[in-house]
Amino acid sequence: MKKLMTVLVTITVFWPAALWACTGDCGDQWAVLTPKGYIASHEKTLILTALGLMLLVVVPVILMTVIFAWKYRATNAHADYDPEWDHSTRIEVVIWLVPTVIVAILGTLVWTSSHALSPYRPLASSQPPLKIQVVAMDWKWLFIYPAQKVATVNQLVIPAGVPVDFIITSDAVMSSFFIPQLGGQIYAMAGMTTHLHLIADEPGVFQGYNTQFSGQGFSGMHFETVATSQDSYNQWITQIREQGKVLDRPAFKTLELPTKNEDPQQYSLAIPDLFDSIVTSFSPNTNSPAKTTPTPMIED
Amino acid sequence: MEELIFGKLSFHDIPYDNPIIMATLGGSSMLLLCIGILITYHGKWSYLWREWFTSVDHKRVGVMYIVLAMVMLLRGFADALLMRTQQALAEGGAQGYLPPDHYNQIFSAHGTIMIIFVAMPFFIGLMNIIVPLQIGARDVAYPFLNSVSFWLTASSGALVMLSLGLGNFSHAGWSGYPPLSEKHYSPGPGVDYWIWGLQLGGVGTLMTGINFFVTILRLRAPGMTMMKLPIFSWAILVTNVLIMLSFPVLTVTLALLAMDRYLGMHFFTNHMGGNLMMFTNLFWIWGHPEVYIVILPAFGMFSEISATFSRKPLFGYTSMVYASVAISTLSFVVWLHHFFTMGAGANVNAFFGIATMVIAVPTGVKVFNWLFTFYRGRIEFTTPVLWTLGFIITFCIGGMTGVLLSVPAADFQLHNSEFLIAHFHNMLIPGAMFGYFAGYTYWFPKVFGFKLNEKWGRLAFWLWIVGFYLAFMPLYALGFMGMSRRLVHYDNTHWQPYLVIALAGTILIMGGIVCQIVQLAVSMRHRDALRDTTGDPWDGRTLEWSVPSPPPAYNFAHIPQVTHRDEFTALKKSGRVAAVLPYLPIHMPCNSILGPIIGGLTFTLGFALVWYIWWLATVSLVAIIGAVIARSWNQHTEYEIPALEVAAMERALRHPPVTSAATAPPSPLAFEH
Repeated sequence: MKKLMTVLVTITVFWPAALWACTGDCGDQWAVLTPKGYIASHEKTLILTALGLMLLVVVPVILMTVIFAWKYRATNAHADYDPEWDHSTRIEVVIWLVPTVIVAILGTLVWTSSHALSPYRPLASSQPPLKIQVVAMDWKWLFIYPAQKVATVNQLVIPAGVPVDFIITSDAVMSSFFIPQLGGQIYAMAGMTTHLHLIADEPGVFQGYNTQFSGQGFSGMHFETVATSQDSYNQWITQIREQGKVLDRPAFKTLELPTKNEDPQQYSLAIPDLFDSIVTSFSPNTNSPAKTTPTPMIED
Repeated sequence: MEELIFGKLSFHDIPYDNPIIMATLGGSSMLLLCIGILITYHGKWSYLWREWFTSVDHKRVGVMYIVLAMVMLLRGFADALLMRTQQALAEGGAQGYLPPDHYNQIFSAHGTIMIIFVAMPFFIGLMNIIVPLQIGARDVAYPFLNSVSFWLTASSGALVMLSLGLGNFSHAGWSGYPPLSEKHYSPGPGVDYWIWGLQLGGVGTLMTGINFFVTILRLRAPGMTMMKLPIFSWAILVTNVLIMLSFPVLTVTLALLAMDRYLGMHFFTNHMGGNLMMFTNLFWIWGHPEVYIVILPAFGMFSEISATFSRKPLFGYTSMVYASVAISTLSFVVWLHHFFTMGAGANVNAFFGIATMVIAVPTGVKVFNWLFTFYRGRIEFTTPVLWTLGFIITFCIGGMTGVLLSVPAADFQLHNSEFLIAHFHNMLIPGAMFGYFAGYTYWFPKVFGFKLNEKWGRLAFWLWIVGFYLAFMPLYALGFMGMSRRLVHYDNTHWQPYLVIALAGTILIMGGIVCQIVQLAVSMRHRDALRDTTGDPWDGRTLEWSVPSPPPAYNFAHIPQVTHRDEFTALKKSGRVAAVLPYLPIHMPCNSILGPIIGGLTFTLGFALVWYIWWLATVSLVAIIGAVIARSWNQHTEYEIPALEVAAMERALRHPPVTSAATAPPSPLAFEH
């Protein structure tokens, strides 16, 4: 049994190293740890700082556990034994104080970082922000570029180095809009708008996800974010406009039907106030409260 | 007409086409049938009914709670294994073997079952058995209510199990967020099963909370002041305050959701001014204290165990008490950390982030107190101690990732990811389950009169803890890779190796569970060799060890007079020989058939509501109310055990007698300590 335990413990300790050796994993797949934008890199620093501060307490505690358990084992007759000892003011002060100090430091970090990295805070930049409206649908993402008059499904193209102001809502259930390499997420909720300010510091392709479970097609609700030069971005916009597929009311009605694993699609936008009309369609003041979204279930 | 009689129920609601479900159903009904035949063969039905199902004895109710928890653990774990297998397979072109609809039900059921029907009944069972014994009481404050609470929990558990074979379970996650859980997006019976399973069981839990709150406040033995209350009972007191304050919130929230679904109202819908944010807030105002409801009792168990097996009193008892109270108070001001990403402003997020971190202070103090309990002790490495040490080390890691998640800007990156899954399993498996397993091993001899086999217990511990690290550490890594929770399928090839390792860990945990089953069987077989004849197999410190194992129905022939915090240790040390006291007749509560009957009616009520069978719902509800009224007319709720019988029982139970034969009591009506 001892042998079995040794094997088990060895596996537990060394599997990461083995996996590393086998796959050579250390690249971009560590999305949170390989940030490509201002917000994401600050969030990474924040995560590592907080972890480091906590390790200051956690490592000694784990060591103390092992040392105390070993030293004061019943079979060790040499160790001190104090059968009545149950209080020490000095120790009590220290064990209340140490966590308090660490939490005070972390608390300061929370306060400053919550403000500095707030999703609502516009990013400082010489460039004016690009406004993109994001709509979570069953089960795909609709991206509306209102000024450029184009819209896409499950595909996001942005110019690198330009701050992006995402304005987010949902046309169905709650979802969460997330591009880990650019920075943290925020919920998409029907009848409400949320904001997320992100920027890509360099060109590249970054995965985007819905992280909030939203039903049958949830797993396929992801998209690629392409950050590219301003020129190729402009080119891409022109291309969509000329391409001819038009997002008008009937096309939008079709788009609202629940679908899974949608491929990227591009549209030129023919409904000027599409985003606002989606948001207000859920308003209690709208005269047609029973907006009939088509049947939500998909039979497998 | 058919709809009038059967509601929405029809034969199409049995999932004939799903081989996994049908095989499970076939297997479990065969098993139930075999158990039924065995009981009939041995003629034990009337014994079970008389001695267990209708019993209001806190020890028996406690055992039934734990049996329920263990059965549900098997179900919840089977769900976990199915999910881990699916995720290990479903990469790229492979779709795995579970369609999304089935997979979504599995993770919803896994969460609901593990929290509500495994963790809750497990600790409620242990507190049922131990609290009255620890505080020197003969039963709980309301024994009949206790039986009703159990049967409500059991019947709502049965309702959730029924959803496997009739209709389906919710596919909206264990937290059932609207609008996904609203009629419009989830028209089937699944969410209704979830609502009524939680709702009816929740009522039972609330009544338990009231019961034990009153029990601890009012039934303590004379001399046991609050600061002499054993630490486990303190943890339970705090827990029950949390239950009383938080469960009503759940009840109301579920009632509002039910009104949306059944009556077409709009509390949480997308339309007519409904707002999902209200549900999310309300749900976590219950949900966060709920985490501490399942963890604090385990903290209490670790405290008892570390003191007993270090052969030392608990270090910093007063700190421990204040820490528990602080944790429970703070647990009500942190709920928003479950959804920093909803878009509240930076000030709000920062407030809840800092409040969450502050909880780490009293929790840290507790960890240090356990360490200093071990310090200068004589630690015996029994299975309960192994669980405790495994807990402390593992819980530190979980606490660290928890504090990380409480930093709002860090949470934006880790929210809803596999990192979060790893974190809360890292808190609840060591923080709750390890504690319950330790408590189960520690108090088992008290309940059944023999110890559990140590060898199988150790093996179970090692498989569990290694399995835990293998199953959940890869999930932390996956969180950093951006993998969301609840995915039935993914395209990223880098994720698969980690998910395969997680599956391997889950299989090791399965080995641990098998060892625990074997341990129980082996211990029962060798019970004579493992017999506890003294009532005090571990050299315990508190009053539960001063009575025989198993204790008589009345627990204490004489209610003890308490002078010390570790009363039994003080008693043993002083060698105090109690004055020869005459036995007096003891009043005990009568068994009642109304517990199982109300439970059965509640099951029918839940079933009828799920399937819209209104006549049946009305009949069951009226019958429940009728049963309660009938009970209040019953004058014969207590019986008397005559003094002679008490004396005879005490003599039979205390072999060998606590004191030497030379000082044996002169008359059968007296005994000495």
